[in-house]
Amino acid sequence: MEFKINTVQGFLNHVYRFYKSQKNFEINILYEGKITHQITKAFISLTEADLEDKEEPDEVRRKIFHVMVESLQNITKHAGPDGETGETEKGRGIFVVSKEENCYRVITGSITSAENADKLSKMLQKINALDAAGLKEMYKQQIRGGGKLSEKGGAGLGFIDIARKTENPLDFSIQEIGEDGNVFFIIAIKINNNK
Amino acid sequence: MEVIKIIETDDTPGVILDKENNNFEIWGRSLPEDVNSFFEPIISWFEEYAENPNDKTVLNVKMSYFNTASSKILLDIFVALEDIFETGKDVLVKWFYPADEDDMKEAGEEYEEMIEIPFEHIAYNK
Repeated sequence: MEFKINTVQGFLNHVYRFYKSQKNFEINILYEGKITHQITKAFISLTEADLEDKEEPDEVRRKIFHVMVESLQNITKHAGPDGETGETEKGRGIFVVSKEENCYRVITGSITSAENADKLSKMLQKINALDAAGLKEMYKQQIRGGGKLSEKGGAGLGFIDIARKTENPLDFSIQEIGEDGNVFFIIAIKINNNK
Repeated sequence: MEVIKIIETDDTPGVILDKENNNFEIWGRSLPEDVNSFFEPIISWFEEYAENPNDKTVLNVKMSYFNTASSKILLDIFVALEDIFETGKDVLVKWFYPADEDDMKEAGEEYEEMIEIPFEHIAYNK
């Protein structure tokens, strides 16, 4: 999926246009706003019920569940621009779950500092370059504390684990938003459901 | 020593840590809002227990789901058990996994690779 957008509004327009243009694309959840733990839990149970209705295999349901938990908790814990003026933006983001012909996609986007975005994209590039054995090794190093990222609960581990479980590269995109060094960071995670 | 009994919720696991009755269990789902504050008393309990442990400690782990922040904490618990094992005491982790869930099975095997204590892997039917 390509993202050519500049703002949150642009993102939502983009998703809507994409939705309208695709036969086999449906939106399960589309949300913009503060993402709290309660909202995370609500989205998870909504999606679980929906996947059960669609009779998706257990394995696919577990993967989507896990990707949702990790993605939403990343926003709750890490999203937000730098500086005090950004306090109201902390923990805010967009969240989309969509279904395409042979996959689900869990997409998150949030404002972050350019510095953070740079670190994050380097890490995602590193993850995407690794094979299964490399990811396992990176996971073990990270969980042993070799690369402690934050006291909020290691964001690094989440992405490594998602890459291992989905066996797909983690698509991401950075959009300039013209606000004192902050950018909009989008991560799209693909979960296959073709058996 | 103090007994820890925590009732399982939809985002935090059930926990029993009872030295006197030699019963140590953790089960359920773990995706707490604040992983550190939920597990802090549990980690502290293990640290205190390690100072004067029972001759044999069997920890039953039967998780249905845990997020990556919790996976790090589980490792911390196993490391505390490893300290006990290294003093020559008997330690065993019984890792229960649903028979049809390879990812939960593999998670147990990976912990065993990272830790010097014996694991027993037990499949169960949901």
